[in-house]
Amino acid sequence: MSGTNDLYDPKQVAALDPETLDAARADASAAFAGATTLDALTALKPAHLGDRSPVLTARREIGALPPQARSASGKRVNEVRVAIQAAYDERHAVLSAERDERVLAEEAVDVTLPGDRHPRGSRHPLTQLSERIADIFVGMGYEVAEGPEVESEWFNFDALNFLPDHPARTMQDTFHVEPAAARQVLRTHTSPVQIRALLERDLPVYVVCPGRTFRTDELDATHTPVFHQIEGLAIDKGLTMAHLKGTLDAFARAMFGEESTIRLRPSYFPFTEPSAEPDVWFPQKKGGAGWVEWGGCGMVDPNVLRACGVDPDVYSGFAFGMGLERTLMFRNGLPDMRDMVEGDVRFTSAFAVEP
Amino acid sequence: MRVPVSWLLEHVDLSADSLSAEAVGEALIRVGLEVEDVLPIPATTGPLVVGRVAAIEELTEYKKPIRYCRVDVGAEHNEDSGTRGIVCGATNFAEGDLVVVALPGAVLPGDFAIAARTTYGHVSDGMICALDELGLGDDHSGILVLPPGTADPGDDAAVLLGLDDAVLDIAVTPDRGYCLSVRGLARELACALDVAYGDPALVGRDLPEPQGEAWPVRLDPSSQCRRFVARRVTDLDPTAPSPWWLRRRLLLCGVRPISLAVDVTNYVMLELGQPMHAYDATTVRGDVVVRRASQDEKITTLDDAQRVLDPDDVVVTDDSGPIGLAGVMGGASTEVGPATADVLLEAATWDAPSVARAARRHRLPSEAARRFEREVDPGVARAATDRAAWLLANYGGATVDPGVTDEGGVPAPEPVAMALDLPDRVAGTRYERGAVVRRLSQIGCRVEVAGADPGDGGSAGLLAVPPTWRPDLTRPADLVEEVLRLEGYAGIPSELPAAHPGTGLTLAQRRRRQVSRALADAGYDEVLPSPFIPPTVFDAFGLDADDDRRNALRLANPLDADRSLMATTLLPGLLDAVVRNVSRGLRDLALYQVGQVVRPGPEEPPAAPVLPVDARPDEAAVASVLAGLPRQPLRVGAVLAGAWERAGWWGPGRAADWADAVEAARIVGRVYGAELTVTADRHAPWHPGRCAALTLGDTLVGHAGELHPTVLEALGLPARTSAMELELDRLPLAEDRPRPEVSSFPPVLLDVALVLDEDVPAASVVTALRDGGGDLVEDVRLFDVYTGPQVGEGKRSLAFALRLRAPDRTLTLEEASARRDAAVATAAERHGARLR
Repeated sequence: MSGTNDLYDPKQVAALDPETLDAARADASAAFAGATTLDALTALKPAHLGDRSPVLTARREIGALPPQARSASGKRVNEVRVAIQAAYDERHAVLSAERDERVLAEEAVDVTLPGDRHPRGSRHPLTQLSERIADIFVGMGYEVAEGPEVESEWFNFDALNFLPDHPARTMQDTFHVEPAAARQVLRTHTSPVQIRALLERDLPVYVVCPGRTFRTDELDATHTPVFHQIEGLAIDKGLTMAHLKGTLDAFARAMFGEESTIRLRPSYFPFTEPSAEPDVWFPQKKGGAGWVEWGGCGMVDPNVLRACGVDPDVYSGFAFGMGLERTLMFRNGLPDMRDMVEGDVRFTSAFAVEP
Repeated sequence: MRVPVSWLLEHVDLSADSLSAEAVGEALIRVGLEVEDVLPIPATTGPLVVGRVAAIEELTEYKKPIRYCRVDVGAEHNEDSGTRGIVCGATNFAEGDLVVVALPGAVLPGDFAIAARTTYGHVSDGMICALDELGLGDDHSGILVLPPGTADPGDDAAVLLGLDDAVLDIAVTPDRGYCLSVRGLARELACALDVAYGDPALVGRDLPEPQGEAWPVRLDPSSQCRRFVARRVTDLDPTAPSPWWLRRRLLLCGVRPISLAVDVTNYVMLELGQPMHAYDATTVRGDVVVRRASQDEKITTLDDAQRVLDPDDVVVTDDSGPIGLAGVMGGASTEVGPATADVLLEAATWDAPSVARAARRHRLPSEAARRFEREVDPGVARAATDRAAWLLANYGGATVDPGVTDEGGVPAPEPVAMALDLPDRVAGTRYERGAVVRRLSQIGCRVEVAGADPGDGGSAGLLAVPPTWRPDLTRPADLVEEVLRLEGYAGIPSELPAAHPGTGLTLAQRRRRQVSRALADAGYDEVLPSPFIPPTVFDAFGLDADDDRRNALRLANPLDADRSLMATTLLPGLLDAVVRNVSRGLRDLALYQVGQVVRPGPEEPPAAPVLPVDARPDEAAVASVLAGLPRQPLRVGAVLAGAWERAGWWGPGRAADWADAVEAARIVGRVYGAELTVTADRHAPWHPGRCAALTLGDTLVGHAGELHPTVLEALGLPARTSAMELELDRLPLAEDRPRPEVSSFPPVLLDVALVLDEDVPAASVVTALRDGGGDLVEDVRLFDVYTGPQVGEGKRSLAFALRLRAPDRTLTLEEASARRDAAVATAAERHGARLR
């Protein structure tokens, strides 16, 4: 009853036969190599690596062997199993790569198709120019001052040394507001903001004043009744005309490049004495580098300082200003101011959103 | 002012140096004159000679008058007959007249080559020239007839006509009235070139010794007339022509020659800057009185217009009443005519503001008024009358009456004291010793250096007495400008002041910029429409009669009478821009504007006090002026039309609609760190069922939505155009300092679909869900809206995605579900929501 040999059945261990195992390996390799898709390969897997596959059947038989025979057989079976698994993995990798390549090829698109479901908007070039100029002066320590567009005549004219009935008043064709007794106008320049700044702020004052201004000029290629200016005012102890020139030179370089510079021509404005008109050297001028007339400037008239309660014997300063439409025209070589006011989106879009 | 270069150079000592017209122009620009143009007289080449008309044969067989003339053009050019034959179409000349002839071979301006040719049956062997053909102005009313004795036949006419010259066109700034004359401009040129100058006012005239009055004249003090000089000439030959040189100068200055008496007064005005008036002395009745006009007094001026005078007008009167509107225009009743032989010359110095007001009042911007407004030298009046009288005597055979009337006087200019180094301190440089005194003397000041000035740290001062033609020099600053401009702005160094510690842009300024950027980034294009709107727009908008927006500021002098109001809302301008773009074929539009609107109250502003300018006005006075100004809040507006999303390969597009407008408003709100509350509203010009009010707390910030279809139709706008407008000044300016606490625990995501009455605003349901769910509700997002049979009539289903999360632990599904149920319960309680 205890004869262990009774359990030894040579038929049963035929699976461990080296030839049988080699045949199983060969069968598996051939089968895997014949699979052309991952699905087919997966379908073959149970027959060669599954529980009922020859190699796993063989492994189960090892226990039936006499102990001295187990080691060799076990080693052999394992080698075969590893080899079949390797054959499977190798084929799987090949087929996976083939599949990936095919899928990616199928998913290819025309990347040149447009993607602008809603286009980006744009900011008006005058707004952007105004901010750019203001930023240059903010970098020099100036602050931005603002004021209303409907302005008292005292701020727009009287305090700026425009005498009543003086022809200087007619230099700026003015929109008057009803009723006349209220003495209000649409501001003809941004200079009333100088007065506001001097009345409101502590000295010294360094401000730039951008804004919309109005004169009764009919709209044409080089005039518009509604336009924009930016103006600067510096009031401090010891400011000179050399400082005015230096400031405008620095500004010109920041706007138009290192080669740019300013020259001054004597002129007249009621609120400055001496007064000047700056010409800027514009390297990118249409038709070749050259001088371009660019606004007005001067040393603030003592009468203006007095009207604001600033002692002209202690403080001095300068003011300067320029038209933004005109600046944009020469900077970008634009021929017609009307495009700036008509609101055609094709004009604005070209300027997008500048940094 | 237009002036020939040759005339200026006559008074400037250039010795041997000759100067091109361009160089003269540049020199004047350097000292502050706006030389707008240098216009050389166009070149004539080839033979141009003086001719005498020997015989005229009228050719009558043609439709227009044609003359065949025999002209003596000098021995060198005449045929054997002693003349040349020339055909001419003008008739303003007679046998014996001196004319200018272009001979074959001459080329006149405009490449007009002259050759012998047969015309009207005769050989025309040259051309008798009109002024415009010679490049002297644009007068083509007849050919140029030279005064007798001007030259001889055969003389070179190019030299006689002075064709080698150029005209400067100079814009004179309002502070330099004296430069509206050759006298003033030549002085500026001499200063610019630093050479000697000869004052034409100081040239002595050979006239009878003054004796007695020319005419009885009385100046009423009310007239503010400073000086009135009169001189009389008699026995003038009224047919005497003006000499060619004088006519030439008038022509080049753009003044049409008329008659000797008129031409002389114009010439003296151009030369000396003193406007003059010539009366026919036989028509002046009795004493001349200068006074203010009476109410409703009338005058017929030289232009034959009858004018009702204002009590502020200054008039020259005689026994018949006003015979001149002082400084502006003379009267017709005493006008010098073709027979006038007895001339009363007037040179007065009028009050500048009075003339300015009168010229404006009567819309008469005459050459005289232009000069008087800018102040005329009171010192030159006598020289002007003498100059005019001398010219009439010399060229018109007149006798100069010894009488001289000189009422009023020349006020002595106030001396101006200035520290000698003030120009240095203003310019930021050091001028050469003596430069200041030299320059001030050059412009006509009498300068005394006052030595050491004890009050000024021992530095020297000077005392300058300005000349009578420089009333603008009253303060040290005025003298400084003269020194700086004449020494040249080019010599002022360029020096950057020490940087001032600024504080950068204010929060409001940064927010305003960011609003603009955010809208542009969202797809809007910025436009800058005009603020001038028509009164009709309010009716088109369907505004109620008492709507505040109808209180618009009215312009007294609009450019376009139909657009006389200042915009009270940004919408009209934006909608105009939509119309313009659509008319240009651009239909998909998203536009925005950031700008001030003007919102006056219903009452008229009070009369404004006139504040002083010689010292800071007191705070209360300034405040009252400021309070009179209308409110001008800063706003942002946006309009949308056409497609918001385009159709494309990705699928269909999407039309812009009310929701985009509301979203634009929210974008703006977020720039201010504010989540605007949206509630339904009815507000013109919006669609009553598609209008959202945007509020923050209790403050109404603006409206958004689709515009009313009637409004769209009235204004020609595309259907479904939507818009929003917000008042940025109503958004809070508190510095936004977020302090987010971000939980790293996982969320629980739950959806709920609620059935509600159709008119329950979605925004309110979101609020209810948030309130009910409490602090664990991190986000509520509406992801679907359904109406249809499944939810029933008058109902709709809103589907929300809730995201719940705890700050300190992983939320369990049970806890999250309980919060969701609480959220739904609140929505049910507030709005009758039930779970679908």
